[in-house]
Amino acid sequence: MKRLNTATRKTLKSLWQLLPVLAGVLLLAGMVVEIIPLLVRQGILGHGLWQDTILANIIGSVSTGQPIVSYVLAGELQTAGIGLLPVTVFIISWVTVGVISLPAEAVTLGWRFALSRNLIAFIMALLIGWLTVVTLNAF
Amino acid sequence: MPSEKTAPPASPATASAGPVQTQSAKKGRGGWWFLLLVIVLYILVWMFNAGFVAASLEHFQRLVVSIAPVLALVFVILWLLNLSQGMQNRLAKLADTRSGLKGWLLAVIGGILSHGPIYAWYPLLQKLENQGARPALLAAFLYARSIKIPFLPLMVHYFGITYTVIVTLYIAVFSVLHGWLVEKIMQDTLPGRQ
Repeated sequence: MKRLNTATRKTLKSLWQLLPVLAGVLLLAGMVVEIIPLLVRQGILGHGLWQDTILANIIGSVSTGQPIVSYVLAGELQTAGIGLLPVTVFIISWVTVGVISLPAEAVTLGWRFALSRNLIAFIMALLIGWLTVVTLNAF
Repeated sequence: MPSEKTAPPASPATASAGPVQTQSAKKGRGGWWFLLLVIVLYILVWMFNAGFVAASLEHFQRLVVSIAPVLALVFVILWLLNLSQGMQNRLAKLADTRSGLKGWLLAVIGGILSHGPIYAWYPLLQKLENQGARPALLAAFLYARSIKIPFLPLMVHYFGITYTVIVTLYIAVFSVLHGWLVEKIMQDTLPGRQ
């Protein structure tokens, strides 16, 4: 019973912490959908699949927040016409590369470990993104 | 649940429980500040382009209605995972000294089941490393952490079940390759290290 109460309390605390973030992100996503076509028209996005993909990888790597946020943003980016490859790479780099948390990782696990881990994760985001799209197209 | 990729702690002192809790409390308020900033942004944009804000709010409403049921499912799964917290901790600890297939499996499964802020895990991983854990297993654990079971329903909602399964499987498989590569680089650059 105590375990049940602890789990419920933890989950409600999570909900309370996530709620404002999610509301904020959904509000931003509302704007993103309106902005993306403008960015494409102005030439900031839509330069080509791989250029968009590299840009998405960099943005995902330096972004911070819950993975759930990346799903919402990526879903809206796709709705706005961004390709599946950049969208997938964005989701993967968001969760696997941690530029913001790099100093903390380096302090505890060493700079060599943290740098090589994040660099490999950055490259792997491109690889997994590409493989995902190829596999999906095969189905 | 606190954010997964978060700002780094101010000092190495975060290896103790106290600063982690303090940071967590600050982050609890951080979400509300973020929401306030977005609202201020909306107000500022509204002053210049009210039509744009109206269209954005319309889309926001549609988003809330479409993901609300998925979020309910997310929290049920989160609650179930919180119930199994002890099992997650055991898995994370087992992944330290084991090698071979079992060690890899424990690192990957432990990573998938672990949740909470990433910086809260660093002290434990540092302890495991000091006790001789392979860098490969630590890296695989960290990579596999990017699979978030409670949030998968939302990914299904946006991208479909096939896409979600494919991405999740690739991340799980590549966590092993990732760990192996990190260890290879560590060994090549630090010849004395095993």
